[in-house]
Order: sequence, then structure tokens, then C-alpha cells
Amino acid sequence: MAANDCERKVAGLFPDRMFRHLTAGLAYFVLALLIAVALSLFLSGWDAFRSFGFGFFWSEAWDPVTNRFGALIPVVGTLVSSLIALVIAVPISFGVAMFISELAPAWLGRSVGSAIELLAGIPSIIFGMWGLFVFAPVFGGVEPWISHNLGDIPGLGVLFRGPPMGIGMLTAGIILAIMIIPFIAAIMRDVFLATPAILKESAYALGGTTWEVVRSVVLGYTRTAVTGGVFLGLGRALGETMAVTFVIGNAHDLHASLLEPGNSIAAVLANEFTEAFSPLYRSSLLALGFILFIITFIVLVLAKAMLWRLEKARGKVGL
Amino acid sequence: MTDLRFRRRFWNAFNLTMAVLATGFGLFWLLWILWTTLDAGFAALDLRLFTQDTPAPGSVGGLRNAFAGSLIMIGIAVLLGTPVGILAGTYLAEFAHGTRRAEVIRFFNDILLSAPSIVIGLFVYTVLVVPMGNFSAWAGAMSLAILLLPVVLRTTDEMLRLVPGTMREAALALGAPYWKMIFQVTYRAASFGILTGVLLAIARISGETAPLLFTALNNQFWSTNLDQPIANVPVVIFQFAMSPYADWQRLAWAGALIAALAVLALSITSRLIIKGRSFR
Repeated sequence: MAANDCERKVAGLFPDRMFRHLTAGLAYFVLALLIAVALSLFLSGWDAFRSFGFGFFWSEAWDPVTNRFGALIPVVGTLVSSLIALVIAVPISFGVAMFISELAPAWLGRSVGSAIELLAGIPSIIFGMWGLFVFAPVFGGVEPWISHNLGDIPGLGVLFRGPPMGIGMLTAGIILAIMIIPFIAAIMRDVFLATPAILKESAYALGGTTWEVVRSVVLGYTRTAVTGGVFLGLGRALGETMAVTFVIGNAHDLHASLLEPGNSIAAVLANEFTEAFSPLYRSSLLALGFILFIITFIVLVLAKAMLWRLEKARGKVGL
Repeated sequence: MTDLRFRRRFWNAFNLTMAVLATGFGLFWLLWILWTTLDAGFAALDLRLFTQDTPAPGSVGGLRNAFAGSLIMIGIAVLLGTPVGILAGTYLAEFAHGTRRAEVIRFFNDILLSAPSIVIGLFVYTVLVVPMGNFSAWAGAMSLAILLLPVVLRTTDEMLRLVPGTMREAALALGAPYWKMIFQVTYRAASFGILTGVLLAIARISGETAPLLFTALNNQFWSTNLDQPIANVPVVIFQFAMSPYADWQRLAWAGALIAALAVLALSITSRLIIKGRSFR
């Protein structure tokens, strides 16, 4: 009887324990995957790090013929194009989120919100194609106006003097901005909607205008989470490949002007990786990939940390 | 006094107008892109798209091999990534609920979710393509699986956590083992939510181009050999769109249209599922 009991217990427990260990193993597998990504890229890029030393990070060189490589130009290009994207996308996304959460009647807010979420899912290669075939020709016509009118501003003017080709750093930044607007706007909207109604109502009861309520109450309450959302958008812009590759120009030069073509890490990888035959060339590209991973990792960790509190409260925000 | 009132009203009206304009501005670009895709895509659409393989420049052809390759790789990615994602999500929601290690895994899963897809492509290149010696459909499918996994994990975790604890307790009180409770009670209760997660994940990977560049590469011809490079819609679009040939560019737009429609259909379907069967 006792033995039988024992057997039944073991038989009942065994599948349970197996299942538990299986799921636990797979959950830790995700963690291991992330570490493996970092490690494998670092090891494959080691050849380049060792050959060029720390100079790799600030060398402008990129010459497959003489086998001299440096990360400066693609890294700067990645950062500059993403910053342009943020400068454009953040105010617009804020306006969209404010419109959806505070201004529009519920039905309109919901449909605009859904439309924007759906559009956020369009594959990024389509943004790139549109940028190359539709936007660049139009923008090429606008660029002379930009350099004519903004090129003379002291200090900043140098950013806007250049050949009106339609493709370049600024175009890449604009396409990236269009791509991340739905993304940032959706997070901001979720965050704004999480503001307790009672806080907003109190402010309205004191006679605040809609703008004052948004600025002082909603934004005050959600400041950290909004910054987190912006960082998530930045993380997305930094690693975006297809939308940028089509329009950034793929020129390995460093220019002050945003109208000049440039390059970003992702674009260099997409264009050159399958053609890189020398081991050092390939290793340098993988080292670039490692740098990109580290940059986005830091940005994403900051973003998640800022969204943390809110996420705990609501259970889900962002992607 | 009236000055202050005027100023407040003015800034209110000004900023609200700006918000409306910003919304219009944002929607304008997105709708323009959508319209271009529909316009150029439908102009290039014809039946040969599905019956002929990718042509040499100047001759007629379609994207049959690319569609097949994409479907094969997405299929394998779903088969590989979905079970792992669902089981790992089960651990977070059922076994490690409320613990610090669950929070840590959740945190890093979200990082993996947002990591640049091109980096995932490089990773699979170093661990699969280099040892195997050539680009292959396997490698492409693997990189798509890695992109799909965190999405499925996250939604599974979220959906399982929505299942009320009382349902679990009822099953356990009847003497069901834990695993049986999970399979017969919580999975059933959360099945539509998990399905939504899988659909969203498929939507995400079906437009991914960057990770396939260094893994599946491309193939001009019909191939279903998983150990060889395989044609796929995104990379064909990339190659054809960047080419100087007008007929290749037309095919690229047709492919872009199909990809966009597929993604939109998947996300709309998953929305309808959520709407119809939301579990609260």
C-alpha cells in the first residue's frame, strides 16, 4: 500500500518536473541566445579589433584594397541619421499621441490609432523603396531651396550646404523619422492613456486649459515613460537597415553637410558583407555589427528601465 | 488679467492646432507610402508573378521561386520558434511568476525583441553559415526563428498571466497534475491570445530583409533544397529595386505590394481575433 502510494506520487511528479525543467531550460535559452549574439560578434570581430587596436573606433579609413578599416564614418552616420529622425519624429509623435488621447472623440482617436499601428507594421524595405523612387526625386527639388535659405545661417549653415542630389544623410533621417513616428506615437499614446483620470480632472476643475493639463499633468506624470518610448524609437532607428540603405548614398566620406551622401553601420553591412572576401574585411564588418549591437543594447536597456514602472502598472506597453 | 486669459487661450488653441496638424502630417506620409505601394504594385501585378521564376533583366518572369522560398523559410521558422517561445513563456507565467528571475528573463527577452534584425543575421552567419560553408535556407529560417521567438514568448507570457488564478486552483483542487492543468486549462483559456502572438510574429518576419541577406542569400532559380541558398521575396525586392532595369523594378513593386498586403492581412486578422475573443 505504502509502496504503491509512493509509486503513484513519483509517477505523478515525474512529468511535472520534466515539464518544468523543459520550460525553464527554454526560458534561459533566450538569455543564452542574447549572450551568444554578443559573444559571437565580438569573437568574429576580434581580428579587426586586434589588428587596428582602439584606433578602429576613430579611424576614417575604409579601404578594402589596402585592408585598412575604421569604424568612425559608419558609426557617425548611424548616430547622425538617427538623431535627425528623432528631431523630426518626437514632436510629431507627441502631437499625434496628444491628438489621439486628449483631443479626438473616442471613435476618431481609436481609428487613427489603429491606422497608425497598422502602418507601423509595413515592412521597412517599402519605406526604403518609396524613399528612393518617390521621395528622393521630390526632395532633390527642395534641396536647392534648403541650401539657399538655410545655408547662410552662421554656424548651422554648413549643415545645409551641399549638392542637391535627393539622397544623403538628411533624406535617410527623414525616411527613418516617417518610419518611427507610428512606433513612438503608439507608445506615447499608451503612456498618456495610463495617466489617472482623476489627476487630469483635478487640473481641469482648477480651470486648466487642455494644453496646460497635457503639459503639466499628463507630461509631468509620464515624463520618464515618454523618454523611454523615445529611446525605444531611437533603438529602432539605429539598427534600421533597409529604409536607410536605399537613400543614404553609401559614400564612405565624412561631411559636415547633411545633404551629402554618407553611410551607416547597417547600410555598410547590407551593401558590402556578401562581397567582403578578405578575412580582415569581413572581420571589420562583423566588428561594426558588434558596435551596433552594443550601442542599441545600451539604448534599449535605458529605454526599458524608463518604461519599467509604467509597464509594471499596466502589464504591457511598447514592443 | 484679460491679457493673461488671452495668452492662455491663445497657447491652448495654438498647441491643439499643432497637434491636429502633426497627426495630419504623420498620416499624410504614411498614406502616401501606402498609396505608392498600391499604385505601383497593382500596375505591376499579373498572373505570371505566381507562375514564373525571377527573370534575367530584359525578359519576362515572375516571383514564383521567391514566394516559395519565403513560405518555406517562414514555415520552418514558425515550426522552430513557436514551441520554444510558447514553452519559455509558460515558464515565466506559470512556474516563475512573480520571481526576480522571471523579471530578468522578461527584460532581456524584450531587448532581444528590439535588437536590430541585421545583427541577428550576422549572428546566424557566424554560427551557421561559416561552419556549414555556404549560405542556406536553413540559416535564413533560423534567423527568422530567432526574430519570431521573443514575440511569441512575450505574448504567451502576457496572455497566460491574464488567465485567472481561480481557474488554475480549480483544476489543481480536482487533483490534476500541474502540467495537465497548464495544457487543459490555461492553454485553452489563452489559446486565442497565443495565436494572435504567433500571427503578429509571422507578420513581423515576413517583411524582414536584413537578416536574410547574409543567411539565405538569394537564388535566381527554383530551389527547395534547404542546404542551398534560396530565393525569397524581401531580398529579391532589394536586389531588383536597386537595379537599373525598369522591368526588375516593376517586379520589386509587385513583390512589395504582396508583402505589404500579407503583413496587413495578418495584423488585421490578429486584431479581429483579439476583438472577438478577448479574454478578461
